[in-house]
Amino acid sequence: MADINNTLYNEIINEHNLRPYHKHSIEGANYTLEGVNPSCGDEITLHLCVDGEIVKDGAYEGEGCAISQASADIMLDMIIGRTKADALHLCDLFLRMIKEGITEEEKEELEEAGILESVSHMPARVKCAVLGWRTMREIFEGKD
Amino acid sequence: MEIIRLDDSVRDEFPLIKEADIAYLDNGATTQKPECVIEAVEEYYRRHNANPLRGIYELSVEATDAYEESRQAVADYIGAGDASEIIFTRNASESINLVAYSYGMSVLNEGDEIIVSTAEHHSNFLPWQRAADAKGARVVFFDPEEDGSFDLNKLKDLISEKTRILAMTQISNVIGRINDIKAMTDLVHEAGGVAVIDGAQAVAHIGVDVKELGADFYAFSGHKMYAPMGIGVLYGRKELLDKMPPFLYGGEMIETVTKERTVYAELPHKFEAGTVNVGGAVGLKAAIEFIDRYGFEQIVARENALTAKVVNAMNDMPYVKIIGGRKACNHHGIVAFRIEGVHPHDVAQIFADAGVCVRAGHHCAEPLHRYLGELAGTRVNSSTRLSVGIYNTEAEIDRFLDVLSGIRSRMGY
Repeated sequence: MADINNTLYNEIINEHNLRPYHKHSIEGANYTLEGVNPSCGDEITLHLCVDGEIVKDGAYEGEGCAISQASADIMLDMIIGRTKADALHLCDLFLRMIKEGITEEEKEELEEAGILESVSHMPARVKCAVLGWRTMREIFEGKD
Repeated sequence: MEIIRLDDSVRDEFPLIKEADIAYLDNGATTQKPECVIEAVEEYYRRHNANPLRGIYELSVEATDAYEESRQAVADYIGAGDASEIIFTRNASESINLVAYSYGMSVLNEGDEIIVSTAEHHSNFLPWQRAADAKGARVVFFDPEEDGSFDLNKLKDLISEKTRILAMTQISNVIGRINDIKAMTDLVHEAGGVAVIDGAQAVAHIGVDVKELGADFYAFSGHKMYAPMGIGVLYGRKELLDKMPPFLYGGEMIETVTKERTVYAELPHKFEAGTVNVGGAVGLKAAIEFIDRYGFEQIVARENALTAKVVNAMNDMPYVKIIGGRKACNHHGIVAFRIEGVHPHDVAQIFADAGVCVRAGHHCAEPLHRYLGELAGTRVNSSTRLSVGIYNTEAEIDRFLDVLSGIRSRMGY
């Protein structure tokens, strides 16, 4: 158990949680969507500025555990400047990593987000980790 | 009954506690089961199982006896006047639903009021919200003070000729303070209403006498008092139960049934439709005997010493905010808290990884958390909760405190 723990609240997660880069409001967002985990109260409002196919900028506001907040911050780090299709591809990888597992190459694509892999062994925390990602996917694809 | 000395050796009676290297501090959610309860249930299914209350043969008589002896044991345990005032249910939630649907739906009219404390577990709130919606009645909230106490003057102001029901917990599963139920039931009785008391967090931890409390209805679950899951109790005053219509309809709850009309069974069977949970009732009786062997004098002293140790240590941690105040004597087995800057789910995760079982969330008391947040001028939608049981030890509390003191630095502070 101790191993999982050490990888979960590591410096990267703590840093994104305590000093998030993207946690603020932004002007000119053309997509805003609230994501909620009703059972635990995690809340994220995701703002995206999308120009054509490109995610120009993004930010989030919200409240919740370190996992939900850091995961959203890491996600925005990764998708800003990429295409919608890239963002959705990363989302697919992330969700698969948590739910069923992915290859090492795929994990490399996920960069920092790969450190959340250990959440896949913690059923109660899965919803926290995927909240931002699911909200982003809902913006682009509608509700699943 | 001879009282046994209560010390750490009580742990040997609990197989799971004895064998697992965890500090189980989530007794408010459910307790572990002692060998005597597990054995009683097993013995029932091995040697005495039959459908009770109807068979003529010996085995069915044995099952009936086991079931009714359990009912009597519960009646004695909580000071009910008569065993027929004890209805077996699945849990406290079902018990309160029974009252809301059978009693509430019968007596409530448009404009009537149900006073519900803001500290109620959802199980003593949602059935009343539903009954109020259905009958055009209104739920009125009785807010606690910031220290978790309830001001009787506030209750006096809320009570009126419209008051029909007071829904109140004896010990809130978040605050942990023993409420002055007697004073509250007196007030609601003066106004002609009845009091529905949630005893789920009380029955395993303090001696309960429903008559002394003046409770008209009193609900609790077996699984929070060392008995199996799936057996619960509703106590109701006989004169109220007698007049109430059944809640669930079906087998075993009738005198006669014809195509035209049905005569329902006498108490308590009128409220126990279908084949009942004899194994659970037998386990509950064994749990009562287990508790009685130690007695509440020792249990209260032991559990209060543990929560006092927790509260006193937290008082030296300025970043820990205790729900229900910093006075150790006000916390009976339950300490819910928040750590500045760390979300309760992260707190509970760090505890879990260290083998310490505590609960995080709103503890089925969302209105209470929101209300406390409003009082404090912030948003509070969850907390972390430690809740002790008979088998917890000083060493486990030390283990808990050791993890607690390191959480902020683990989270990068």
